[in-house]
Order: sequence, then structure tokens, then C-alpha cells
Amino acid sequence: MPRALPYLLLLPASLFLLVFFFYPFGLVVVESLTRGGEWTTDNFTRMTGHWKFAPAFWNTIWLTAIVVPVQLIMALTMASVVQKLKTGRSGLLYIFAIPLGISDLAAGLIWLAIFEQSGFLNSILHSFGVIDRPTLYLGYQNMWVIFLAVCLAEIWRATAIMMVIIVAGMGLIPKEYSEAAEVFGASRWQRFTRVTLPLLRPSLQTALILRILMAFEVFAVVMALGGTSLPVLMGETFQWQFQLQDRGVAAAYAMVILGLSVAFSLVVLRLLHVPKGARI
Amino acid sequence: MKTRLKLSLLITASALISTNAIAETLFWSSQATPIEETQAMREQVLSGFGGGVSFQPADPGPWLTRIQAELGAGSGSIGVLGALHGDFTPLAGNLTDLSGVDASAVSPGFMELGKLGTDDQKYIPWMQATYVMAAHTDALEYLPDGADLMALSYDDLIAWAANMHDATGQPRFGFPAGPQGLKHRFFQGYLLPAYTGSMVTEFRSDDAEQAWNAFLELWEHTNPASTNYSFMQEQLISGDAWVVFDHTARLADAFNQQPDDFVAFPAPSGPAGRAFMPVLAGMAVPETASDKDAAMELIGYMLAPETQIATLRATNFFPVIDVDFPDDMPPSVQAAGAAIAAMSGAEDALPALLPVGLGDLGGQFNQVYNDTFERIVLARQPVRAVLDDQADALRRILEEAGAPCWAPDAASDGPCPVN
Amino acid sequence: MNDTSPPAPPQLEARRAGRFLFQAGIALLVLWVLVPIWFLFVNALSAPSEVTGFPKRMWPGFDLASIQFFLQFQGVTQALWNSVKVAVLTMILSIAMGAPAGYALSRFEFPGKEFFRVLVIMTRAFPLPLLALPLAVMFIRTGLDDTVLGLALVHAMLALPFAVLITFSLFSGIPVELEEAAWTLGCTRLQAFVKVVLPLALPGIAASAVFAFVISWNEVFAAAVLTIENRTLTAFLLQSLNVSPLPLKFAGGAALVMPALIFIFAVRKYLFAMWGIANR
Repeated sequence: MPRALPYLLLLPASLFLLVFFFYPFGLVVVESLTRGGEWTTDNFTRMTGHWKFAPAFWNTIWLTAIVVPVQLIMALTMASVVQKLKTGRSGLLYIFAIPLGISDLAAGLIWLAIFEQSGFLNSILHSFGVIDRPTLYLGYQNMWVIFLAVCLAEIWRATAIMMVIIVAGMGLIPKEYSEAAEVFGASRWQRFTRVTLPLLRPSLQTALILRILMAFEVFAVVMALGGTSLPVLMGETFQWQFQLQDRGVAAAYAMVILGLSVAFSLVVLRLLHVPKGARI
Repeated sequence: MKTRLKLSLLITASALISTNAIAETLFWSSQATPIEETQAMREQVLSGFGGGVSFQPADPGPWLTRIQAELGAGSGSIGVLGALHGDFTPLAGNLTDLSGVDASAVSPGFMELGKLGTDDQKYIPWMQATYVMAAHTDALEYLPDGADLMALSYDDLIAWAANMHDATGQPRFGFPAGPQGLKHRFFQGYLLPAYTGSMVTEFRSDDAEQAWNAFLELWEHTNPASTNYSFMQEQLISGDAWVVFDHTARLADAFNQQPDDFVAFPAPSGPAGRAFMPVLAGMAVPETASDKDAAMELIGYMLAPETQIATLRATNFFPVIDVDFPDDMPPSVQAAGAAIAAMSGAEDALPALLPVGLGDLGGQFNQVYNDTFERIVLARQPVRAVLDDQADALRRILEEAGAPCWAPDAASDGPCPVN
Repeated sequence: MNDTSPPAPPQLEARRAGRFLFQAGIALLVLWVLVPIWFLFVNALSAPSEVTGFPKRMWPGFDLASIQFFLQFQGVTQALWNSVKVAVLTMILSIAMGAPAGYALSRFEFPGKEFFRVLVIMTRAFPLPLLALPLAVMFIRTGLDDTVLGLALVHAMLALPFAVLITFSLFSGIPVELEEAAWTLGCTRLQAFVKVVLPLALPGIAASAVFAFVISWNEVFAAAVLTIENRTLTAFLLQSLNVSPLPLKFAGGAALVMPALIFIFAVRKYLFAMWGIANR
């Protein structure tokens, strides 16, 4: 019984995923590897041969590389701040968690309202007399401004996801550990890096993996702020699936997103490996 | 085995939860998706249909996925499909022949388009629109000397945009080059035919090169945020753009909200004429529809003159049949109607037809024009090299689809050639 | 900021400065989260001419016309109710299947563990719009099409990785000794789990529930394809928002955000209920 127990516990989730994920997933994989009924890598060569593939690939990678570390630091900061607070904790946590409830489409809408030419940012600058006519931020020549705006919007939208996971994890770390370290003269920073962070590894792992998965699927916010000028992998997937109606190439794009996500998740799993003996 | 058991359990459970008992015809539409239009379609257009109808609009992605799924499953709940000409081309093989529907009032040209290059009536025209220009009245003082607003040329337009740019210090021309913008139709049906008299054959000619260079010049005076614009009515109202080009339905709000501030006028003309292109939406019945008679009855209802006028009020798409307009049409209809009349009635009018016979390559055909735009205008690649390169892609698509030429290109035996 | 040495005047000053910085930091973070939300509500509650005009005002004009349009929209209450049903079902399904799996991953070493983890990650790493087509075909064939349950199953697939990974990280943070102690006191494995582990893991479960709810609430694509008569609020409103006039975009966005915010507010107590443990 004990040996079978883990498998029994995994059974419902596995069966469920088998039916509702693996079956349709298998069909899409087949689609990515066939063209007109024949097995081929043609879809992948078409994909990589298209001139937008390279920019879409690198934009996605760069966005992830910039956004996720910033979010990790912000989420850790928010979680620590909340933990240090004596009053108003739950109110502050609620405020920090608000962006959780906002879909990526709505987030794109909000940030476009800020950055567009007649938007809030220009209105504020205008009312302070900094500018006398609205400046244009999201023009296609200012690629780095668009990129920055997308980064800000993504950081705003999705930091709460990591924060909630980390807060829940921090709550499980016994205060005694930190107090003991304090007795031995560890500074606040040392206590954070030597005690809290190592004990937080399972939560960090989870938060990072989930966030990275979502980062590679970034789409709605980029479309809202960048329009056509900032291609990303997910946007190209949509483009091929619906506008160009070439499901094979769209499936190939999806495989690239999948490959990237799994590869980066495995890296996180290795880096933040939780050895059994090292648990609390 | 277990999977099957689980599934059958789920079905039993779902029977408990599901509440649908549909006797109504499901009208699955990729048009009239904006929420106000949906409301108007249900309350003002379809409420008069006796047979019962459920109007459900969807974005292009879900719209296509749903109908593909129903066709794949071999059964479904969709009775009538409503969509643009281009949306139907990949579905042509799975649409019921509608020659039994009385559509004699619809112009034969449109009915021919509805055959999608086959012998069957694949869809019945539903409503039409086109692209026009619109401007804020403040922009009119910068019109170049001697230019006639109702008969502009591309050179006039460029000079106008340059004047506004010089005078106000900001590029004031706006163009819907965003992700949902309809820019490909501008290149296919307006810019290229106006310079070359052709959409496909002369794609890489010297005249086409001239057209793109003219567009590059116009782009100098175009608001660079245009790559974010999809509905020019928003930029007209906010003042980010003063002179714009877009679909009549996507300009309507500006005229309806501030009728005195905006004017509509025809698309400009080039050396080969004043080219323009219709937008045609149609209605079709998928093979999987359960009650085809009810579906055809609904299509018949949609073609009645009163329904067509109600549809115009709801969606800003014009009737496909001849109707007498009442006097109380909204300002958007009056403004656009006058511009369209001036455009199609112009001496140098050069109507371009929607692509036919491309099958599921329609999207890739459009992409050739979009890619050409992005490479020449946004990436600043040399015009000649891009045209040569994209002409190869265009030729490959037309040969693969085996599509003969359509207007304004001269008819061809076999696939339309790209010189 | 070394707490071990006795406070001396310069340090006192440093501490005061530190506290000021800390509070300023909190204020900054709160503003960062709230200001964009504020803009959304300003636009949602202003008259159309204010939404499109320039410069924009920083206070809403309290013109409720746009919001009212949504409240009167035909079928909006039915759609709201459908959304709630789907979201609750998604919550139940994903936690019922995810929590046992998370527990198994955290407590046992067994062959195939790594494989299961990658499988769960893959589920979230694959673009849903591509899976929607084969899923829809399957649903039409089995009768799950256009039902609340069918959509909840798809949403549960999206939420399951969150439930598995979050509960995994939380269970990992709960010392196995606590459970073992309960066993020696005569509890069965199940009793020990229910009485000892479950209360400690409540925040993680609440977090999974929040994610499940929010994911289901904000999901558009599958909802638009898989429900027709039983539309969810998101499929009903959001999918047409990006083609609607600007004032309605914001009103619709705000209308969608509100229920999610209320839900997070309602469960925040459980989400952050672990402070008792930390002080044990």
C-alpha cells in the first residue's frame, strides 16, 4: 500500500491530463510534423525561414529575461515588507494582490491608456507644464520605449502571482530560525540570504516556474502596446493559426514555446533543487 | 477503458448541468462583434424574424475554431455563418449550396463572388462596406492649393499631409496598421491598382515601385503610432490623427459623436485611376447545420429591404440590394454614403474585386502585402529587392491555389501570372 | 541596522531614517499597484468625451452611462451566473485533483516523479488556442459541448499546474516530523493529514483556489469556442471589447475586474492565514 500510495494520489490528475491535455496535444504534435498527410519537417523550416521568426524568438526571450528577475526581486521585497509589518498586514497584502484579478487583456487596455499619445502620462506631464503638446511614446521607431512599456505592464500585472506564492511559503518558515541567527549576530541581510531564502526554495521554485511558463506565452499586453511592431512567439502562433490558416506552422510555433518553457523550467528545478535531507 | 468510463460519467453529469434546448437557429457571426452592434443586431434587426434566432458574434479566432470543430466532429449547432468574403474561402468545401434562396435583388456581381470560384452558391451576400478617407475640419485649411477634396490624388494627399506636418510640427496622417487594422486591403485595392491598374500581375513593376515610394513619402507625415491603430475613429476623436483612411464601419463613431467636426471623402487617385475595393460580408450554411430550411429562411429574411436598412443602422454596413434610404439615417451613414457615391461615380473610378479562388491561402495572400509593407516601410528595406522577393511568394500562392485573375487584372487562363 | 549593539545616537538617527525609507517604500509600492487601477476606474466612470479627450482628468466624472450599458445588456446576468458556476467548478476540480498530487510529490520519492512534474509543466506551457480545436471536436462528439462542466474541465486543465505546484511547495515546507508525531500518537495517515497538515496548508490551498478562480474568470478563448448559449461573462464581454469604442472598453474592463477583486477580498483571510504558524 505505501508504495502504491503516491501513484494513487497522482492518478486522478494524471487521468485527467491524459484525456484533456495529452489527447489534443498529441493531435497538435502530429499536425506540426505533417503537411498534406505526409511526415515532414517542412513546418519547422517554414517557421524558421519566415523573417519574423528570429525577432519574435528573441523578443520573447529578452522580455522573459528582463521581466522575471525584476518580478522575483519585487515579489520578495513585497513579501518581506508584509512580514515585517505589525499593523495593516492583511490590507497591504490585499492591495499587493489586486493585479491578480486583472486579465492580460484588461492590463493591456490600462497601460495603453497610460502610454498612448492622448493618455494619462501625457496628461500628467501636461498639467505640470513639463510638455506643451502630447509626445508620442509608442511609435515604431522607439522600439525600446515600446519594449520598456511592455516590461512595466508585465511587471505590474504578474508580480502578484509570485508574491502570493512566496508569502504563503514565507509563512511556513519558523521564526525561531531567524531569531537564532539574530542571537548569533547575523545582520538582517544575512538572515534573509542565509536563512529565509534557502528555506524558501520550494516556493521560489514554484513561483519561478509558473511565472516563466506565463512569460513565454506573453501576448495580449504586447499586442495592446506594441501593435505589429514587436513580434512575440505567441503572437506569431495566433497569426499563423487564424490569419494565415496554416495550422502546421502554428503548431510548430507552439512546439517552440513548449520547448523553451520545459527547458527553462528544468533549469529552475535543477538550480533550486530541494534535497530531501535539507528540508525543515 | 477507464477513460471511457470517466467520459461517460462526465456526460451524465453534464446532462444535469446543461440547460440548452435549442430550437432557435444559431447565427454564428464574425461581424457585428462590437458590443453595441451585437445589441442592435439582436434587438433591431433579428427580433422581427419569426423563426427564432440566437445571434452570437465571435472574434475571428474563436469563430474559425468553432466552425472547424463542428465540421471536424460532423455535427454541430451552427445554423447560419456570417462573415467576410475572405473568411469563407477556406471553408468553401463545407458550405451548402444556397442557389435555392431567392436573392434576385442582390447584384449579380456580388452573387458571383459568393460562388467562391465554384459552380455552387457558397454564400449569399449580406452587407457591404468600403474604405474611405475622413478628416477633421481643422485639417481642411492645410489642403494644397487647387486640390479638390472630393477628387484628391495621392500627390495631393502627400502634399496635404506634409503641410499639416510642417504647420503643426506633428505628423497628422493616420493609417490603420495595427494588429487588427485592415491595411492589406489598402495595398491590394487602393494603392497598387491606383498606380499600376493591377493587384497581382504588376506586383513588381516599375509602377508598383513608384506606388511604394509614394507611400514611403506619405509615411514621413504619418503618425508613427499608426502601427498601433486599428480603428481610426478613435484617433480622429482623440485628435491624434487629423486625416485618416479606414473602413466605413470603423469611422462611424467619429461622425456619430461629432458630426460637425469631421468630413468623409473618396480615396485618392493615382496615375491608373481612382482604385477602391468593396468589403463584402455574406451568410452561409455549413453542411453540419441541423435545420437547413430554417437557416435559409433566416437568410431570406436578412435580405428584405427593411432588414437591410436596420442592419445598416446597427453595423454601418450598407445594403447589398437597392433600397430607398429613409431621411433619418445616422450622420455616419450620410457622410460615408456621399463619399462612396463620389468615389464609385468618379470618372476615373477603378473598382477592384475581392480575391477569389484562393481557398485557404487567402490569409497568406494578404500576408504578402502586409509583409511588403512591413519590410519596405517599417524595416526600410530597399523597395526593388523586397518587391522581387515578395513577388516570388505571391506567384507561389497563386500557382498553388490555381486562381485565375480577377478585376482589375485582366482575365487569365490558369493561375494569375505575376510578371 | 545591527540590532545586537546598544543604540547610540547616530544609530538612532539611522534607524529613524531607515523607518522613513521603509514607509516611503511601502507607499511607493502601493501607488505602483493602485494608480493604474485608478486610471481604469476613472475612465470607466467618465463620460465618453472625457475618455477620448486630452488632457485627461485624474478624477472620474461619475458618468455612469457606459457602465449602465453593460448592466442592461441582454443576458448579462445569465453570463455572470455562468461565469461563477464555471469558476467554482474549476476551483473544486483543480484542487481535488491537484492537492493529492502535490502531496505525493512533496512526501514520496518514486520512479516517474520527475516525469509527472514535466507533464504538469507542459500542460501550462502549451498555447491553449491550439488545443481548443481538438478539444471542441471531442466535446461536440461527447455532448460536453456548450455546458458549464465542459468549460470547467478545460479551465481546470489550465489551473491544475498551479494547484499541483503550489500545494507541492507548501507541503514541502511543512515538517514531515509533525505528521510522524501524529502517527505515533495513534493517528492514521489520513487522520494525521486532515488534522495536522491540512490546517497548515490552508494558505496554499487558498492560493490555488484564487488562481483557479482568476484563471477561469479571465479565460476568453476556450470560453468563446466551447460555450455558445451558456456564454461566460468573459466570453460575453471581453472578446468583443477590443473592437468596441474606447469608453465601452474601459467600462467592460472594469465590470470584469470587479467580481475578481471581490473574490480575492473574500478569501484574503485564508490566503494569508499562516501568521499563526510562523509564531508557533
